This record gives sequence, C-alpha cells and structure tokens, in this order.
Amino acid sequence: MRDVYILGVGTTKFGELWDSSLRELASEAGLKAIMDAGIYAEDVDALYGANTSGGQFVDQEQIAALIADYSGITELNIPSIRIEAGSASGGAALMQAYLAVKSGQYNTVVVGGVEKMTDVPSEVANEIIGGSLDAEWETFFGATECSIAALIARRHEYEGSAKRENYAVFPVISHKHASMNETSHFRNAIKIEDVINASPVAEPLTVFDNAPISDGASALVISSDQKKIRESPNPIRIKSSSAANDFLSLHDRKKIDQFKAVAKSTKDALRLANLDLGKIDAFELHDSYSIATLIQVEEIFGKQGVRMTEGNDFYYNSSSPLNVSGGLKAHGNPLGTSGLYQAVEATLQLRGKAGERQVKDPRNFLIHNMGGLGTTSVSTIIGVD
Amino acid sequence: MSSIVSYGSYIPRYRIKAEEIAKEWGENPENIKSGLFIYSKSVPGPDEDVLTISAEAAKNTLKRSDVDRKKIGAIYVGSESHPYAVKPTSSILVEALGLSYDIHSADYEFACKAGTAAVQNVMAMVDSGQIENGIAIGADTSQGAPGDALEYSASAGGTAILIGRNGFADFNATLSFTTDTPDFWRREGEKYPSHGGRFTGEPAYFKHVLTGAKKMMERQKTKPGDYDYAVFHQPNGKFPTRAAKMLGFKDEQVKDGLLTPYIGNTYSSSMIIGLSAILDKAESGDRILAVAFGSGAGSDVFDITVNDRIKTFRRERAKGVMEQVNNPIWIDYATYVKFRGKIIMRGA
Amino acid sequence: MSEVPRFWRESRHRYRLVGTRCGKCDTLYFPPRVICPSCRRESVGAMREEEMSGEGEIYSFTVVHDGLEQFKMQVPYVIALIRMKEGPFVTGQIVDCSPGEVKIGTKVSATLRKVRTEGKEGIIQYGYKFTITH
Repeated sequence: MRDVYILGVGTTKFGELWDSSLRELASEAGLKAIMDAGIYAEDVDALYGANTSGGQFVDQEQIAALIADYSGITELNIPSIRIEAGSASGGAALMQAYLAVKSGQYNTVVVGGVEKMTDVPSEVANEIIGGSLDAEWETFFGATECSIAALIARRHEYEGSAKRENYAVFPVISHKHASMNETSHFRNAIKIEDVINASPVAEPLTVFDNAPISDGASALVISSDQKKIRESPNPIRIKSSSAANDFLSLHDRKKIDQFKAVAKSTKDALRLANLDLGKIDAFELHDSYSIATLIQVEEIFGKQGVRMTEGNDFYYNSSSPLNVSGGLKAHGNPLGTSGLYQAVEATLQLRGKAGERQVKDPRNFLIHNMGGLGTTSVSTIIGVD
Repeated sequence: MSSIVSYGSYIPRYRIKAEEIAKEWGENPENIKSGLFIYSKSVPGPDEDVLTISAEAAKNTLKRSDVDRKKIGAIYVGSESHPYAVKPTSSILVEALGLSYDIHSADYEFACKAGTAAVQNVMAMVDSGQIENGIAIGADTSQGAPGDALEYSASAGGTAILIGRNGFADFNATLSFTTDTPDFWRREGEKYPSHGGRFTGEPAYFKHVLTGAKKMMERQKTKPGDYDYAVFHQPNGKFPTRAAKMLGFKDEQVKDGLLTPYIGNTYSSSMIIGLSAILDKAESGDRILAVAFGSGAGSDVFDITVNDRIKTFRRERAKGVMEQVNNPIWIDYATYVKFRGKIIMRGA
Repeated sequence: MSEVPRFWRESRHRYRLVGTRCGKCDTLYFPPRVICPSCRRESVGAMREEEMSGEGEIYSFTVVHDGLEQFKMQVPYVIALIRMKEGPFVTGQIVDCSPGEVKIGTKVSATLRKVRTEGKEGIIQYGYKFTITH
C-alpha cells in the first residue's frame, strides 16, 4: 500500500468572523493549503469537504460543490463530495481522503472543512448543535448537547471516578495554549476557579466547560505522488486513520461515562500505524466539553489519565502535550472544521513551525475527532518518518 | 342500575395564596378570605392542561380498579378549557390511557357542569345496556382576568369517574334543571371569561342549585337529614355554604366536600372533586346528595348510596384528594403570571 | 412548519412509554427498536411492543440554565437519565420540584405533560415527563 503525505495546510482565523461568508472561509483555507503545498488546481484529483450543519446554519446543502465552485476549480470538473459525521465530520473527511489516496484511486486530494455558525443567534446555534443527539428521544424532551455532557459529568463524579477539578482543568490548558496561537478564537488565559464559578449552562458544567460557537475553515493537501513528495520541503505522513461508533444516545449505553468508540478507534489507529502509545508525543483531543476531554483521556491513558490532570503533564512543554493548538475550547469549534484543524496543528508542530507553543521534537501526533459525545470517533496518527 | 366502579382526582401541585394576589391589586386579603371564603387556589404547571390533568385523574381511577382498560366502552370529557377549540381531548385520552379504539368518545361543554353532563351520559349508556362501563371526566384550567374577582378562584384540577354495574356506590337517581340565564360566558376566541357580577348569585347559582336539590328530594321523598354528605358546585367557599344552609344541611354534611377554600374553583371538576373527597372516606350505607351547577345555566343532581363493595375497593392504590391538597408547592404572583401565560414571550 | 405525522407516529411511545421486547433474548428496549442490537438478524419479526410502568429512579441529572427555545418558560429545568423499573434508561425532564430536591437514586414516576407546541396555532405535542414519587 502507498504512503500518504500531507503536503500543504491552510486555515482561517477562528472566531466570530462577521465579514466572511461560508464560501469565502472555505476558499481561503483551501487556497492557503494549495499554495502551502506548492501545487496548482490541475494537480488536484478530488475534493472532500467536511461540514456539519450548513443546511441549518446558512440554508446551504451541496457544500462541497459550492466550495469547489468558489475556489475556482469547477471548470476542471473535479469530484467534490461532502462528508458529514456530526462534529466528527472533519476527521471523517480526512479519513476518507486518506483512504482514497491510499487506495490508488486518486494521487492528490484537497480535504477541507468549514462551518459558519455566527450567522444565526447563539440560541439557534445551540439548537442546531443539538442535532447530533437523538431528535425524537433526547432533543424532543428538552435535552441540549451540553445537558447530555452534564449527565456524564454528574455520574462520573458520583461514582468517585473523578472530581470537578479533574475536568475543569482542561479549559485552562486549552486557553493557555490558545494564547500562543494567532488563529485562536480566544487568546486569554483563565484559571480553574474561573471555570468552576462561571455561569452554569447545565450543572455542573459552566460556560467555560463548553467550546464556543465559532466560524472557521481549515484545509490540507494530501498526496501519494512520489514526485510531489520528493519536492516537498517538509512532507508529514498520515500513518493511520481509523473510526469507530457507539450508540447515538447515552440512554442506550451500558456505561454512560465511557467512550468505547474512542478506545477502539485509538487502538486500531495505533495498530495500523504499528506504534504503541508510548511513541505518541502529543495529542489533539476533542474538547467540545471539558468532561468529554477527561473521558477521552481515561480511554486513552487508562486510570492514570485522571492523575495526569493533577500535574502539569498536559502542557506543551511537558510529558504528554494535549491540545497544544488551544483545542476546540479556546482555538475555536467550527463544528465540521475541528478535525481538520487538529491535523493542521499536528502538521505545523511536526514541521517545527508552531512558534511559541512548539512541542519539543515531536515525531508522532494522535488526533481524535468526535461526533456527539462519544458517538462517532475518528483517530488519526500523523508523524514524521 | 349504574354505579360508581372507581374514581380518581388530580390537582396540580402549584398553589397561590389569596394574599399573594390581593397584594398585587391593593386588596385586603382578609376581605377575600372572609368574603369569598378562599384561602388559596391550585395553579397548573406551564406544561399542564385539561388533557394532562384528565389523563392523571383517569390514571388514578384505573389504578384503583381491575377493570380491563380494553373493555371500557366510552370516554367523555367535560371542560370549558379544552386545549383545542377543534380537536377532541377525549380522542387523545384514548391513546394516552391505552383504551380500546372501539370506544365512544366526545368532549362536553356546559360551563362548570360539563363533567356531570358526561357522568349522566355514561350512566344512561350503562343503564341502556349499550356499554358495560365508561369513564366520565370533568377537568379545567380556567383563567380569570388579572385583577378580576375570578383571579382568586379560577383554578385547575380534574376528576374521573368510572361508571358501570356492580360498583361500590349506586346512583339512585339523577335529574337536571336548565334555563337560559346568562350569568357567565366566554365568547369564541376570547382568553378571559366575563360574568354578570352579582347577577351570578341569586338568579343563577342559587336558583338552579336550590331548585335542583329540592326537586331531587321531592322525587326521592328524602329530607336533608337522610343524607350523610352533601356536595355542591363551589365557585367560592361562600355560595355552597349558603346554599347548604338554605336547604337545611348542617356543616358536618358539607365540610368534607368543600375544597374551593383551599384549591379554588376547578370548574368542571368543582363538584365532583368534592364528591371524590367524600368517597375517599365514605362507608357502606352512606347516602350523598351531589349538586353540580353550570353557568348559562343549569344544575345536575345526583342521589348516591354507598354499598358494601366499598369494603373491598382499593382506594389506597392512588392518591386521595386530601393527600393531594396537602402537598402544595407555593408560588408567588410573578411565577403565577409566568405559568399562566400572562406575560408575553417571544414567539408565543 | 407542521410536523404532524412525525409526531403522531410516536404517540403511544411518548404517552405511555411503550417500548419493544426482543422475543429472542427477552430484553426490553426503550425507545422502541425494530432490531435488537444484541440478537440482530435473529430478532427480525420477534420484537413485541410492551408498555412500561412509568416507575424508575434517577441515574444522573443536570439543571439546564441555557435551554432550548421551546423550554425557555421553564428554565432552570431538570433533565435526567432515568433507570426504569423494567430496565431501560430514559432521557426526560423532572418537573414539579425544585432542582435541590433531585438526587441520584431519587424515585420518580412518569406523568403525561405538554412537551412542545408547534407555535400558537399548531398542534400540542404531549409526552412523558417525571415527577418525584412521594
């Protein structure tokens, strides 16, 4: 099988981007990725577009066609397909693009993600985010996505598996890292007390336990073209990508404070990359909710994951750097884009071009993108040869 | 002869005191308490309406009986606050209670005696042999205009009665008395009802209640002393107390069925929730005179005798009336106006 | 926009907590399923509808402050995961109580309530909620 490399990455700033439309954001990220890769539109065999809820946020479906059109590549009749897997859309699109290139069907592919969330009021955005739950048996009865995360948090604490501080720490870590990333939605540092004492959204979770509503787009150029890889100054390899799923609703799971899909997709990704966990130098996890980050950490690191939250292990300059991008919490969470920005961050870090927040000499990144709360999991390992 | 096979009531837990309402309008609460004889009233939660209240009352009724739900032949619901102007409450209840689809059902309306009109119709169907048994419900979530005297009394609650043969309380007789008397009304599309002030008293309530009761006692050749209990429609605490006295009933006969002072006027459930409270403690041999009144106007009168089957009747399977009366959640006027939709919400 | 058929189709499940029991492994499921996730193809045609008692206890809960538009009148409201006596877990609202009364392990009973309305003119969507069992 062929090896697949990331030749170029591009991203917009994340945040409340009032001046930019969905199509402008998507083409900005795509163009940056193509220029970064040093290729031309003629070199692109296919486009995969990730988007979670464009139909509801901006009344637009057929988003991949729109992106291709407004990126000026339509005259080449390049196939353009949208991938949707809730907030794991970005990770899922990256996986599909990777498989398409690895299979030999395509040599060079652009995979991009975009979400334009701030064109609707935040209450409406929250309703749309709830679309990842079961519409008939959760949302119908008044459940929001944050309330489902809160059910996990409450039970997890009740069972003595963790304390409030063990997950309130993740937004603190993400904000610290985001302060060093110029494309971040938020660049302010916060303290653990700020998280715990902020306005409650769904108790015990507060506004600081939730990732924000953000606009943004990110894109990558991936390829198996030997000539292009040779000419690339800094090719980064996608070593594996694997997905797994769990029941859509918490009420159908045997244990609500476990993400079995995370354990499976991560284990599979490590096996396919022929690596063990000890060889992973940094992690980008899906911190849509602080408690979700803790459960992912527990699935990946086991019980010791909880202890790690009590020290400094997860900071960029420590043993297990986590969400050095600033994560979804502070770098921003334009739903369908999140998994692709994780890959952009891993690439920048592996190139040694992450600036102030640079992890020291990383060789492998594990990125995990999630749809809903542990429903869809996509784990991808990106590293240097 | 038709009889009561089971019964059950439901009162929303939210309550507001007369003081809370009086304070808002600069009234002296003592005048309300002594004048109208109302201390507090029930308030439906923001997610309660006549359908949900009827369903809970009927569920309590079914819990107390072993009658096969699928063999119930009729369900009639009387109310002046049905959730839909067009679309029956009763058909939703058929599904909500899991009854057979081979069932007679309809919604009734006759101000506060719509529930007893339903009772009379189910009785007639049982007596004629058309059905084995049927459910009659009276329920309301009535509104009084802010600042109106009705605001102290208009409350929410419901009672369901399962009527069939071989029940624990026999209907000895029933009769009605009806005249065209516009004492209280609500025009189509209007949110709040209007009333004739003092005209609602003597020519309306008292004339119909007293005439109905007297005609029943004439027909049955009974005197007030022959009854262990008497219960009347109770728009406030004062009217039924006065009517009882005028007819010659004593306090001990009426006190157990007098609930309006504590939960307000539940309209279509007003008299039958009082009957429900009496049945919660009645014993074999007890005789009850029950008089409902509906504005517009008319009265429905029932002469009931409790029989030996009361001894094996399973009251304890559902909460009784007083148990519900004594389990309130007190709310203030602000919560009350929010719950009753008296503040304008976006998109509402 | 009216969604009458989508709501109407689920009426019995939402009014009376009617789930489905697998005739193969005897597990009761709620919400109802056409296929048992344990027996899979073996369960096809063997799923039977069954009404639950409505009794259960709180397995986890949260007090929602930033709620859905349809529930704005009720904030803060309680959303809980309830373990039903018959086994299945149900996501639903706990009503007629102050949030302080709700604990993990609290016994609750199902009650029929208005859940949503399609605006002022549309249909009223009824369904189960839960109250604390006293």
